[in-house]
Amino acid sequence: MPLLLAFHAIRKSFGAVRALRGVDFELRAGEVHALLGENGAGKSTLIKVATGAHAPDEGSIAIAGETLSALTPALARRLGIACIYQQPALFPDLTVAENLALRLEPVRPFRRVDWRQRTRTAEALLSRVGAAIAPETEVKRLSMPEQQLVEIAGAVGAGARIVIMDEPTASLTRREQERLFGIVRSLRKDGVGVIYISHRLEEIFALADRVTVLRDGASAGTFPVGEMDEPGLIRSMVGREVSHLYPPSHSTPGTVALKIEGVGCKAGGISEVSLTLRAGEVVGLAGLVGAGRTQLARILFGVTPADAGSIEVGGRAVTIRSPQEAMQLGIAYVPEDRRRHGVVLEMPVAQNITLAARRRLFPGGWLRFGRERREAGEFVRRLAIKTASVDAPVGSLSGGNQQKVALARWLATNPRILILDEPTQGVDVGAKSEIHALIRQFAASGQAVLLISSDLPEILGMSDRIAVMRGGRLVEILPGGSTAPQVMSAALGQTLAKGKDAE
Amino acid sequence: MSRYSRELSVLAVLAAMLLALGVWAPGFYRLQPLLSLATREAPVLVVACGMVLVVIARQIDISVGSQFSICSVAGGLLAAAGWPMVLVVPASVAIGAMLGMLNGALVAGLGLPSIVVTLAMLVTLRQGLNLFRQGEFVTLPDGVQWFGLSQSVGQALILAATGVLVIVLAAALRHVALGRQIYAVGSDAEASRLAGIRPRWVTFFAFAALGALTGLAAAMNVVQSPQVQPLSGNGMELKVIAAVVVGGVAISGGRGTLWGATAGLMVLACISPALVHLHIEAYWEKAIQGAVILLAAIAEGLRRRRSDA
Repeated sequence: MPLLLAFHAIRKSFGAVRALRGVDFELRAGEVHALLGENGAGKSTLIKVATGAHAPDEGSIAIAGETLSALTPALARRLGIACIYQQPALFPDLTVAENLALRLEPVRPFRRVDWRQRTRTAEALLSRVGAAIAPETEVKRLSMPEQQLVEIAGAVGAGARIVIMDEPTASLTRREQERLFGIVRSLRKDGVGVIYISHRLEEIFALADRVTVLRDGASAGTFPVGEMDEPGLIRSMVGREVSHLYPPSHSTPGTVALKIEGVGCKAGGISEVSLTLRAGEVVGLAGLVGAGRTQLARILFGVTPADAGSIEVGGRAVTIRSPQEAMQLGIAYVPEDRRRHGVVLEMPVAQNITLAARRRLFPGGWLRFGRERREAGEFVRRLAIKTASVDAPVGSLSGGNQQKVALARWLATNPRILILDEPTQGVDVGAKSEIHALIRQFAASGQAVLLISSDLPEILGMSDRIAVMRGGRLVEILPGGSTAPQVMSAALGQTLAKGKDAE
Repeated sequence: MSRYSRELSVLAVLAAMLLALGVWAPGFYRLQPLLSLATREAPVLVVACGMVLVVIARQIDISVGSQFSICSVAGGLLAAAGWPMVLVVPASVAIGAMLGMLNGALVAGLGLPSIVVTLAMLVTLRQGLNLFRQGEFVTLPDGVQWFGLSQSVGQALILAATGVLVIVLAAALRHVALGRQIYAVGSDAEASRLAGIRPRWVTFFAFAALGALTGLAAAMNVVQSPQVQPLSGNGMELKVIAAVVVGGVAISGGRGTLWGATAGLMVLACISPALVHLHIEAYWEKAIQGAVILLAAIAEGLRRRRSDA
């Protein structure tokens, strides 16, 4: 079968982060090729290279046998590459027919629109993918799976030869999944190549011909699906040498700092979460993107309050309805995406550090700049924050140092419970180990730490216990010293085959 | 230094203007006209101080002119009804605060865009006042103008009060936690919320404070003439917002200072007398004001492009 797409030695870095470090990948006509990997393994980056959204730093791309020097989104579309994202990228206020037309009709601002032809085309395409949707429906009135079908219809209509599907079943019911599989199979029969990304291993076994596993931005191997079993796949996803030493845990867990039982929140898609956090303990919270880890943190911090279950802090039953209430209970939350939520970029380092600790530092509400600078200077020393001065805006610092400022802000509140959401994401290796050492220090000083991370080695290296979430539920609590395949199996919802790995 | 570069450039422009006036129009520097000019602009400055809070919180209030008119008329009516000034001034402040709270409740409570809310408020309040008063002036009894004192003492009193107010507000904005929170909310409301700040309360407060200051400014305006015009606040929002923007307060929120806005207003306020002294037709005033605002916006745009590069 002819090769539709061939990537060779693709490299791509974002600043200090090496997202892809030499990936080879091929797609043949009439093949469903699954792409598998942990969070952050490089799947999204690879897709963006294929759709022309990111230009690779190095490596070669060949499409239908022709080597390209550069791929742009427009060129990718002309070459028949279509991508169906988990969140459909349609225009919500336009009708289905208009959305399809935007993709299929020529981009000329002053041409006459043949509305009847437009509707007929839309009807034909929708019926080809088996969707019972009227072309004049506004897209915002469609359900998520219906929107997905519109996207697929657009891809089919554009004569796409390469269709990329990024976790297409994440929000689908069983029946909708079956219908989607039917469409994928008929695309395959028509000689289309499908790149299929999913965390659900059973889908890969049901649908794919080959699977490529990505690990740390490199390909860990491409296997015919028939020659691979689930434990094997999981092992190749996580099987890496620990390239980084984690500080050892000396803590002896003390009294219960936080106890939640049956906690849920409809708006956040969280249900029935029970967990205990002890003083001096680091509990890792593992799970795939979308498993509900950040949602759980937001519940505990009162951002989206729980609507079910009970919460106890320090042995006392409490309700947490706002961040202010959470702070009064001694809970601190360092959010993920620090550039957006963790720090205020325009504000100086000193002001950022004292922003949450106002009540402790300035009891009367009168800000004393001398005290503020001393306090901030103390944290800058303790956390080794590299900044020109405490008056420099946080936006001028490197990512790792911004993260330390976010940490300092919450340490300044003297919290008893510290929730860290992806504290080392996008942070260089040096700052990463410094942050790890700091986390150990907090725990040693009697704080309870809940560590959310998509970095599996970090979870394994730092946690005294590991809680694993999947689909908005806490599915398993593993002891410290568990192995990567155990955590990954729980996160994926697979029971490891009776092998020795499963203890 | 670079933190206050916007304010410093406004000060430089102001200094250049004052110097140029000294050279080409020394008549500008006569005490009494200068004092009158300052007293006339003092209420605008008080409103601008409130606007600084709202704009730093990444909101805007274009209804200040109508609030100002309503407070002026209400203050005038109360004074005409025989209320002593020590009660008229707080009453005007309270009415302004209530109007500001209404804006704040709609913007912060319901999450409506402030430009729409305050535009509606601008028109509704102005037309409501027109219906109610039919354009009638309020004639004030004796003893209201200049608080019943001589003109120069009255002017000095107003200027002193404005000066103290600006200094106190500037100190509060820097030193009171709420002031800091206004900056934080204007920079990033979500990040502030995750830092334990209540962005909606902070926004509400900024609008209420602007309303109260507008009420105070109206009272300061009422005592300057023997009667109250019902249209006294018309067009004020433009001058106030212009002063704030020229003074280096970012319309995108999160940065700016009171003294910058004060300098901005001084630049705008000097344009009209400068034209008179330079024998240029008064029609140029608005055009030059517009040009100054545009220049401030362009300077800000260039600055941003440079810092992004």
